[in-house]
Amino acid sequence: MTTQQPRLLKRTLLSVALASVGVMGLAGAANAQDDTFKVGFVTFLSGGASGPFGVPAAQGAEIVIDAINEGTLPAPYDSKGVNGLMLESVVVDEAGGPTKQVEEYRNLVQRQNVDAVIGYISSGDCLAIGPVAEEMEMFTIAFDCGTSRLFAELDDPQYMFRTGLDAVADNVGAARYLAETRPDAERIAGIQQNYAWGQDSWQDFTLAMEQLMPEAEIIANQTPQIFQGSYGTEISALQTERPEIIHSSMWGGDMESFVLQANARGLLAQADALLTTGESGLHRFDGQAPNGTILGGRGPFGAFMPDNELSEWFREAYEAEHGTPPSYPASKAAQAILALKYAADNSGAEGVPSSEQLAATLKGAEFPSVSGTVRMDLANGHQAVQPMYYGEYHYEDGEAELRNVRSYPGECVSAPDGYNAQQWIKEGFPGVDCD
Amino acid sequence: MKLERTELSLIGVAIAIAILAQFSPNWLVFTLTLAISTALVVMGVVMLMRAGLVSFGQGLFYCLGGYAVGLGGRFLGITDALVLVGLGVVVTTVVAMILGLLMTRYREIFFAMLSLAFSMILYGILVKSHGLGSTDGFGVVDWTLLGFTPGDGQATTTALMLALVLALAIALFLNRYFKSSIGLACEAIRENEVRVEYMGISHRKVLYINYVLAAAVGSVGGSMTALAAGHVDPTMAYWTISGEFVFIAILGGTGHVAAPFIAALIFTLVRTYAVELAPNAWQMILGIVLLLIILFLPKGIWSLFTRKKGAAS
Repeated sequence: MTTQQPRLLKRTLLSVALASVGVMGLAGAANAQDDTFKVGFVTFLSGGASGPFGVPAAQGAEIVIDAINEGTLPAPYDSKGVNGLMLESVVVDEAGGPTKQVEEYRNLVQRQNVDAVIGYISSGDCLAIGPVAEEMEMFTIAFDCGTSRLFAELDDPQYMFRTGLDAVADNVGAARYLAETRPDAERIAGIQQNYAWGQDSWQDFTLAMEQLMPEAEIIANQTPQIFQGSYGTEISALQTERPEIIHSSMWGGDMESFVLQANARGLLAQADALLTTGESGLHRFDGQAPNGTILGGRGPFGAFMPDNELSEWFREAYEAEHGTPPSYPASKAAQAILALKYAADNSGAEGVPSSEQLAATLKGAEFPSVSGTVRMDLANGHQAVQPMYYGEYHYEDGEAELRNVRSYPGECVSAPDGYNAQQWIKEGFPGVDCD
Repeated sequence: MKLERTELSLIGVAIAIAILAQFSPNWLVFTLTLAISTALVVMGVVMLMRAGLVSFGQGLFYCLGGYAVGLGGRFLGITDALVLVGLGVVVTTVVAMILGLLMTRYREIFFAMLSLAFSMILYGILVKSHGLGSTDGFGVVDWTLLGFTPGDGQATTTALMLALVLALAIALFLNRYFKSSIGLACEAIRENEVRVEYMGISHRKVLYINYVLAAAVGSVGGSMTALAAGHVDPTMAYWTISGEFVFIAILGGTGHVAAPFIAALIFTLVRTYAVELAPNAWQMILGIVLLLIILFLPKGIWSLFTRKKGAAS
């Protein structure tokens, strides 16, 4: 009896394992219904990027999707559903790296039969998904990733779109803001996470500074590991260099930790921090960042959203649901969903619009969004052009706000088609239009 | 040369998969390709485990194989998949032959930590390589196979066929290798190194050959992953990926050459369905499943099959 039991257990385990593999292989053939439009939404739900970016983005998307299905969005999105169809979303975790994301993307398209995919915060994931989206001919919108290589490496994109700006715009905008508001600054330092995002951001920023503030000297750059959390050594190293400006592309918890620690150590009393993704900390610093800290929101998102019916609606709806105003990732996710609704509503399709119809409608389109009007003008109509915003953090009586906000039109911060972004900066921004 | 039963069944299963793949949905074909590629790297871990060594740095060879495909296509203009895989094997073998001189001096935790360290060095170098896209990695060129260019929608099936053929060849070879004098010497070294020396076998030599072979097999897995997924990035050398390989090795057990393949397939399928069914808690599901298997099948999934055979005879 005593030997029989484990054997029985093992046999059961084996048969369960084999049966489940078999069932798994056959399942998933269930087709999407004709009266729903199924969209895959890929965002970080675990890992370091989930708290500051992934989850707010998922929440932003959910609010817009619910409102679309109820028909409660402001005009011109006040019709119910997308092209009259109920919008159903399948949320997938972006954690695990590009190879796993390629696998999950294929599963979304072929096993779950989604009609479109929206997602991707990590640049590596975007770069890996681009060619797969083209191969599988699936309408796909990248809502947040910032690499300028996305469309540079994708020959003649048909199905891949990006409704957010790339990191070049962040850093050219940052340099322009400094040139206008701190023209006398001479000693510029930086601190970046040691991975592609930090390296690219610092490269673009220093290139732009050479053009816009040639007098200023780049004196130091620290590159701590991502998610390091403690920045004592880096702060000491920066302090000995006596910078006037500290540029940082650090994001999320890293950015907030750095600001708190640098402030406590007095570094931010001697230098102004310029945080290209600082907007996500606007309502979280609680006065622990000094007034005058320069914050960016990767475009007209989050607290930088211009006042219009859509942004007012979104701000209220998000705050009512989650208790805080939407940060920039939430706005960017909302924008991508609105782009999908715009493309579906205007596709002229009967029933579920095909990827081709969606792509043809969104290509080169101009659609209203929470961030104002979005023009899909770059990369042959696949990349959004929008103004870049920067402002200064001010905290008074328990209220955080942005002051001295300045905007730079899209043509002022984004390279025109046919230019490699770095080449464009080095050549002194040919074709630039800042008025 | 007479084929034994294991070899016949391996060939049979490979042919069956090849035929079934023609009727399977595309995503399953792709997942299967990734599972087979992963299994090859796991096979390297198993080879080391049989000699009593646990490698937490097999990602090093996985990554080298992947980057050889990526860089070979991008900078050397090679498009033939077999040549790219071969390039990966050559590069990896050279690296493993150098590292092996040092690695085979160490055992237990020291071997594990040192292997982890070397793979993290490669990770660090790649992260610092801005020209190679740093952590973002870069895309793999469109590849051909012996002059055949896979058309639209054929690439996934072609990749699976290539992975199947390579995996079958490796599995057949390793099946014999495990039973060869050197393969058995590995197990003897695990049991008692000193005795092996007294029998006149150089344990350094045996471990060295085993280490280099394990590396080469891992490289093939990395190359196949790169060809199938179309993208390489430094995460391939990160220690968590190496940890995953060790985990799958434990999951399958070291009892049989087929065990890593079954374990890798189960791991991949459980993960992909966990991600689909519980986007917010998929790691927990994966963890529980793995925990249960370890609790009830301490010798790995393969022990299910051996037990059955024992009962029948």
